Amino acid sequence: MSVWEYAPAPESRDLANLQPKYRPFVDGEFVDGGGEPLTSINPATEEPLAEVGTASESDVDTAVRAARRAFEQVWGPMPGAERAKYLFRIARLLQERARELAVLETLDNGKPIKESRDSDVPTAAAHFFYHAGWADKLDYAGYGPDPQPLGVAGQIIPWNFPLLMLAWKIAPALATGNTVVLKPAETTPLSALVFAEICQQAGLPAGVVNIVPGAGDVGSLLVRHPGIDKIAFTGSTAVGKEIQYAVAGTPKRLTLELGGKAANVVFDDAPLDQAVEGIVNGIFFNQGHVCCAGSRLLVQESVAEELLGKLRARVSTLRLGDPLDKNTDIGAINSAEQLAKIRELTAAGEDEGAERWTSPCALPERGFFFAPTVLSGVEQSMRVAREEIFGPVLSVLTFRTPEEAVAKANNTPYGLSAGLWTEKGSRILWLADRMRAGVVWANTFNRFDPAAPFGGYQESGFGREGGRTGLEAYLHV
Amino acid sequence: MSDRLSVAKTYKLYIDGKFPRSESGRTYPVTDAEGEFLANASHASRKDVRDAVSAARKAFGGWSGATAYNRGQVLYRVAEMLEGRREQFAAEVAACEGVPTAEAMSTVDAAVDRWVWYAGWTDKIASVLGAANPVAGPYFSFTVPEPTGVVGVLAPQSSSLLGLVSVLAPVVATGCTAVVVSSADRPLPAITLSEVLATSDVPGGVVNVLTGRADELGPWLASHADVNAVDPTGASAESRVDIAQQASGTVKRVLTVPGDDPDWTRRPDISRLRRYLEAKTVWHPKGT
Repeated sequence: MSVWEYAPAPESRDLANLQPKYRPFVDGEFVDGGGEPLTSINPATEEPLAEVGTASESDVDTAVRAARRAFEQVWGPMPGAERAKYLFRIARLLQERARELAVLETLDNGKPIKESRDSDVPTAAAHFFYHAGWADKLDYAGYGPDPQPLGVAGQIIPWNFPLLMLAWKIAPALATGNTVVLKPAETTPLSALVFAEICQQAGLPAGVVNIVPGAGDVGSLLVRHPGIDKIAFTGSTAVGKEIQYAVAGTPKRLTLELGGKAANVVFDDAPLDQAVEGIVNGIFFNQGHVCCAGSRLLVQESVAEELLGKLRARVSTLRLGDPLDKNTDIGAINSAEQLAKIRELTAAGEDEGAERWTSPCALPERGFFFAPTVLSGVEQSMRVAREEIFGPVLSVLTFRTPEEAVAKANNTPYGLSAGLWTEKGSRILWLADRMRAGVVWANTFNRFDPAAPFGGYQESGFGREGGRTGLEAYLHV
Repeated sequence: MSDRLSVAKTYKLYIDGKFPRSESGRTYPVTDAEGEFLANASHASRKDVRDAVSAARKAFGGWSGATAYNRGQVLYRVAEMLEGRREQFAAEVAACEGVPTAEAMSTVDAAVDRWVWYAGWTDKIASVLGAANPVAGPYFSFTVPEPTGVVGVLAPQSSSLLGLVSVLAPVVATGCTAVVVSSADRPLPAITLSEVLATSDVPGGVVNVLTGRADELGPWLASHADVNAVDPTGASAESRVDIAQQASGTVKRVLTVPGDDPDWTRRPDISRLRRYLEAKTVWHPKGT
């Protein structure tokens, strides 16, 4: 297959309007955090981007008190129609500053600009726009008349979709009348602090949104703070379990959106070229840093060879490199730590007998990169079939019958998502019924929308984000 | 006046549609509110919990996969059987709870009516809680509520029948299967309810009833990897913390329940149904 050569088409990093220093946002003001400052780096170049102030215990306490005051005096009593208008303003401001945010997100996270530009930022704006409309219509959400907010929400988000996860957390919390203290991930705090500026531009009352950067210790302070009514966490299952343990026996409410090991099931009647596109999207979107990534490919034995051939050919054409280049398909792994984890697990797969194929693409000399990799001949017992790799590594298993596909797909403690590829409508619905997963994509993958609830079964967490169902996470119901 | 000696009943556990004794061989005496001996109840153990969970898991596929209409009819049949045993339940409730027979009878009536209320929900849950999602793209996206799996239920300690029905009926109405630990000191109505379930059309294993101590068995249920959700209502305040901590090991859903025993005669809402449901969102492209 011939490969088109592309001239470089980099987006300008100046558009990010990068500042030398970013600071925590508490009670409507940017403050010098009392914690040890951290340096956020560009994972594609390993160069420092900016210094970021972090929150100390007293900063977290001040933020929680500010959020409480704002909840009791301003945001809670405010009519829903007024809250709605603030959220609409935020949605518009995100759209207005979309290009700046996209470049900033790509610099800080390492994801390709085409993804931050076409997916992360517009979907974040859409979440605010969608939830804005709910703020004065909660009586119709199905939870009885006048459902009440919980109070102050402590929210902890991951580094894989920094701004989008912020939107998933803050938009429903604010729409339902809660105030928030949010901790962005240690390696990707920048877009959250620009969001804080957007809150100022929107005239959002002080204390309604507080952003406290820092590492896991700041998250732990939030989880244990007695002034918080609700914890919402997106991240690893291991940390989710620690949080659930920590809030056990307290009045705090909890929702968790944790890891996954999704099966992407391809039947012999599937349109294979279309399925290949879906498989590639499922595991290589955002370098595989996606909790719902289709990381276990289950392919029907009769088409396995053919599909693997097509898949390798297609993956060979993926362009890995400068995330700011508009042609780039695969950007940088978010951190050295994550890169080490991906290498370790992939090596474990080889050691356990999986056959490794890696795209022959060249890797940049600097930065954290991992070439797209397909492990075939994977068995259920292997670590690469059971553990979340959270990187561009696909494990391939085979099956013979639909029953076997269901059994293998569900053979995991997780239950976040599943993919199905078949032309037969009745089989799609039969399988969709049997997948123990919160999201099922049939003949597509990785679709997200604020109107569509998202969340997991089993150890992928509990609670939903998006849709009418998602409002429940922030209401006394 | 007859001199006939009555035939006393041996009260046993209800696991997988059968009535075994506790594998531990343990029993404990049950008395009425005045302290008079009523019966020996089986004192369920950790092994009984494991047997019951395994039965509940085995029954889950069939029960959750049955049509909602079928589940509704089966549960309505349970109400019919309950109605037929009103006198027996009233006598047991009166003895266990120490209330006058007339009051016990009205409690039994409320329990039957509560069961009927939940039986009617099976085929309405998806309409009320599901959705067609208006997504911004050429996709058909819908969300359906599905049962979360096996639920460990620690039934209320005081309200031996109405409380029990109020916490159990929503579990099975959603399509989940249950392992119930009855009130420890007032277990007789729970055992009689299992006889009702056994003679209705509820498949074996859908409901398993253990008599024993909620504080002893609750943590085992909460740490069991094949249990998906726990209702800690019948546990003490200290034990509830332990249960919630144990539950975190496998990310179980733990019901938020009030500290004090609620007034079970109050009309319920659907919040207990919602707690045992998972929203599943399905997407498919539209195209020619």
